[in-house]
Parts: sequence; structure tokens; C-alpha cells
Amino acid sequence: MSVRDENIIEVEGLTKAFGDFKAVNEISFVVKRGEIFGFLGANGAGKTTAMKMLIGISTPTSGKAKVAGFDVFTSAEDIKKNIGYMSQKFALYDDLTVRENITFFGGIYGLKRQQIKNKSNQLIEELGLEDVKNQLVGSLPLGWKQKISFSVAMLHEPKIVFLDEPTGGVDPITRRQFWEMIYKAADEGTTIFVTTHYMDEAEYCNRVSIMVNGKIEALDTPQKLKEQFKADNMNDVFLKLARG
Amino acid sequence: MSISVRNISKSFKKVQALDQISFEVAQGELFGLIGPDGAGKTTLFRILTTLLVADEGSASVFGFDVIDGMNDIRNSVGYMPGKFSLYQDLTVEENLTFFATIFDTTVAENYHLIEDIYVQIEPFKNRRAGALSGGMKQKLALCCALIHQPKVLFLDEPTTGVDPVSRKEFWEMLKRLQQKGITILVSTPYMDEAALCDRIALIQDGKILDINSPEEIVAKHQHVIYDVKASNPHQLISLLKAYPTAHSVYPFGEYVHYTDQSGEFKQEDLHAYLAHNGLKEIVIQPTPATIEDAFMELAN
Repeated sequence: MSVRDENIIEVEGLTKAFGDFKAVNEISFVVKRGEIFGFLGANGAGKTTAMKMLIGISTPTSGKAKVAGFDVFTSAEDIKKNIGYMSQKFALYDDLTVRENITFFGGIYGLKRQQIKNKSNQLIEELGLEDVKNQLVGSLPLGWKQKISFSVAMLHEPKIVFLDEPTGGVDPITRRQFWEMIYKAADEGTTIFVTTHYMDEAEYCNRVSIMVNGKIEALDTPQKLKEQFKADNMNDVFLKLARG
Repeated sequence: MSISVRNISKSFKKVQALDQISFEVAQGELFGLIGPDGAGKTTLFRILTTLLVADEGSASVFGFDVIDGMNDIRNSVGYMPGKFSLYQDLTVEENLTFFATIFDTTVAENYHLIEDIYVQIEPFKNRRAGALSGGMKQKLALCCALIHQPKVLFLDEPTTGVDPVSRKEFWEMLKRLQQKGITILVSTPYMDEAALCDRIALIQDGKILDINSPEEIVAKHQHVIYDVKASNPHQLISLLKAYPTAHSVYPFGEYVHYTDQSGEFKQEDLHAYLAHNGLKEIVIQPTPATIEDAFMELAN
């Protein structure tokens, strides 16, 4: 495996409070370079709040966190330049064509015109989009959009890519193709930080953390978690933990 | 029949959303429409709830035609759309009262139907609906769809984006509603939920791939499926795909599901091939098919 002994994310005692309510309550963990890290939890457990702090768009209440070597308190802008992000809610512009979306995001990420051109051609070829490159993204099936969206989040060759439920509602075949793209990116050294509600996908991660009510209640390889909770699969692990 | 759909087709510009769809749902049945985003599930729901008119074919709900009996259908069905459609600026309690009032009933009159769901969100009854968590929104939406005591319940992807714990609870609620005699048509992209339905229709690209009980659909699967595991899962997938007699290779949680096209397939040969290519800790064992295996086989 390509996981390297180098911490790309370091989190210690990270907390986000809204009034008296601690949405994220002193979480600590590290993610290694090239690792596929699954960030699981029930709805409302605090995953999105935690992820917003890590990608530099929400300032923590207390604790420490470094992402790609940058401090979330003082260097949020540097973090944004060094990471990729995709979610199901915010992905691509439906009213732009495939090529226009790539060009737009390339520009946002500060790529030069020639780089954008090369990257576009490469991406269109790799994803087999030649026939639809001039179609509006809104007319494409969700599974295609998600694959394009992932590639766009990787345009500027970020060290880490954050994926927030990237495969929700996607058909089973495309969902698997999507994970093959994730494996490939991880093999090439990109760190993957991913949330999902599909527990079979949790098995594809090198390590998995499970959040319950703002805290990380479990963190290990899928194999060790299954042993620890005497469960046959990750779904059972999740049900045992999150149901309390 | 509770729901009857006969040769329904619907197109939007160039996209054929539904292509000659036919099926029937018996009274009191829990029927699942299983398929990914874009399969046509929502279009079908909108036709059956009289919010959209089909291009061709006919359909009826509880004996009422979707065109001529529009008002009767609207009075006797509950509909929970996939997109959260309650009033975000009204509180939990206000939303519920509002929906009861429109149907000329009261919350008190039908409270027995929603009680075991509502008690879970009652502590937040004064919170605005827009400020609820995903799981709570879903429970409120279900209460609002039930408050006029519908005969048929239409649930469009009620569990999409919902975590496994809440999904399990939601299905337990559906089972209890079914016991109260309500017919339920539910759609989901989660294949594991299919096993919880009485019968299911697998749907993709506007076409029905198969309709049957989950057990029958799985039983019809043609190929022997092998669970395969090895030290490097990514490399394992590539190697399996390159195996000369490979039929299908799909990651499946901890294992990869492998089927072979040859009648003379031997586990030992595959084991030797993987070992020769440097994989370690190789496990190969036959495994029963799941709905997801069946779906992928039919969709391919």
C-alpha cells in the first residue's frame, strides 16, 4: 500500500461549540499521507461541522488542527489551496458544459491556461467524456456528474481531497467505478478523507473513525473494528456503536 | 388492487424518464421501487399522486383513475417527496396541525397513527422545521404524510442520505404502519433495503428490470459468486478483471465479488494466478447472491 509514515492531518482536542452545544467535542486523530480515511457517524453526530473546520471554512472554538502542514486557525487560506473538496450538494454548475466546468474550476484553482487545456483533455479522455464534453452538466446522469466532480476536485493536484457523501444515490455499478478512482488517487499518493452512509464502502478505507454525539468513539482499521465489536461487518459495528 | 400501473410512459424533451412501465401493488403490501438516481422513480411517484400527467398508459390508485379521480386520490393518499417539502419557517407542531387542517381533520383524531414516530420529535415541537436534523425532518415529514389517515403511502427515497441507524429505525416504522393496513410504495437507492419489502421492482433508465419478491430475484441469479480477498484490494480488482474467464468483478465491502464465464472454473486456478502475481493472504469462497448482485447483473 502507498500509505506513508507522514502525518498529513493532525487533530488534537478539536472542538466547535454553538452556545452550550458542543457539535464537535474534543476530537483527536491523525491521517497519514496516501491513506483512505473513512469519517463515519450518524446524521447530526458532528461530521460536517468537523469537516468544515478541517477545510478552513469554519474556525474551531478550541483545540488544534493542522491540515497539509497548515494551521486551521491561522492559515485557512493556505489550506484551501492545498486541498480538494467535493460534496453531493455542491458539485458542478448544471448550466455550464462539462468543458466549461473544468475550465472554470481550473481558473478558480489558479491553473494557467495551458495547464487547464492539458488537464481538460486528459480528464475528458480518462473518463470517456468525448461525446458529452459540450453538453450541459445538468443533462448528465448523477453518477457521471459525481465522477467529473471528483476529477475537478483533483485538478490542482491537491495533497488531500475531502469527499462528503460522494456516492449517495449513485447506481451500484457507478458507485464501484467511483471507488476505483479513489483507489487510484490514493495509490498515487493523494490522501482521501471520505464520509459515506454505505457501510460496504467503509470496508474500502484503510482506517475508519466513527463519531457519536460530537466525539470519536472508535478509530481503527475495518478489520480491527470488527474484532473489537465482535461484528461480522461494518454495518453491525456502526449499529452497535451509534445506537449506544 | 391498491395501485395499478399499465404501460405508463413519460418523456421530458429528449429524456425518456419512464418507458412502458406496468405493475400492480396489492392492498396492504409493502412494495419497493429499487433503483439509482435518475431511474424514473420520482416521475412515477408524481404520476401516481396526480402531480404529473403521463404521455401514455393509465394508472389507478385504490380504484381511482389518476386523471378522472384526481381529487379522490389526493384525499386518500399520503405522499412524502424525496426533497424536504414542509414549511421550514413553521415549527414541528405547526406543520403537523397545518397538514391535518388542510385534510379537514385534527392531530388528535389520528394521533394513534403517528404516536410512536411523533414522540421521538415531540421534545422539539417548538423548533422550526428548517432547524431540524436530517433524521428528525424525515420523521416529521412521515407524520405529516400520515395525519389524514391515508390508505396508501407514497414514500420517495425516504432514507437517502440517512445514516444506517436511522434507516433501520425508519424501516421498523414502515413495518408497523403496514400492520395497520396501509399500503406502502417506497423507493430507495439502497439495495439492502430491498430485502425488507414484500415485493420489489428493480428499475433503471425508466425500465423495469424485474419484478418479484426479493427472495425470488436473488434465487434467479445465474452465476456462482465468489468472495475474493487479498492483501492489496486495489491490485486484486485489476488482476481479477484481467483474468481471462472473468465475467464480473465488483468490490463488495471486505470482499470482491467475482463471477466466471467458464463452466470449468476452478478456485485453485484463480488462487494460483493471484499468488503468481504477488498477492498474499488470498481467500476465495462461494457466497450467496444479494439483491445488489442481481441488480448489477440485470443492469449490465
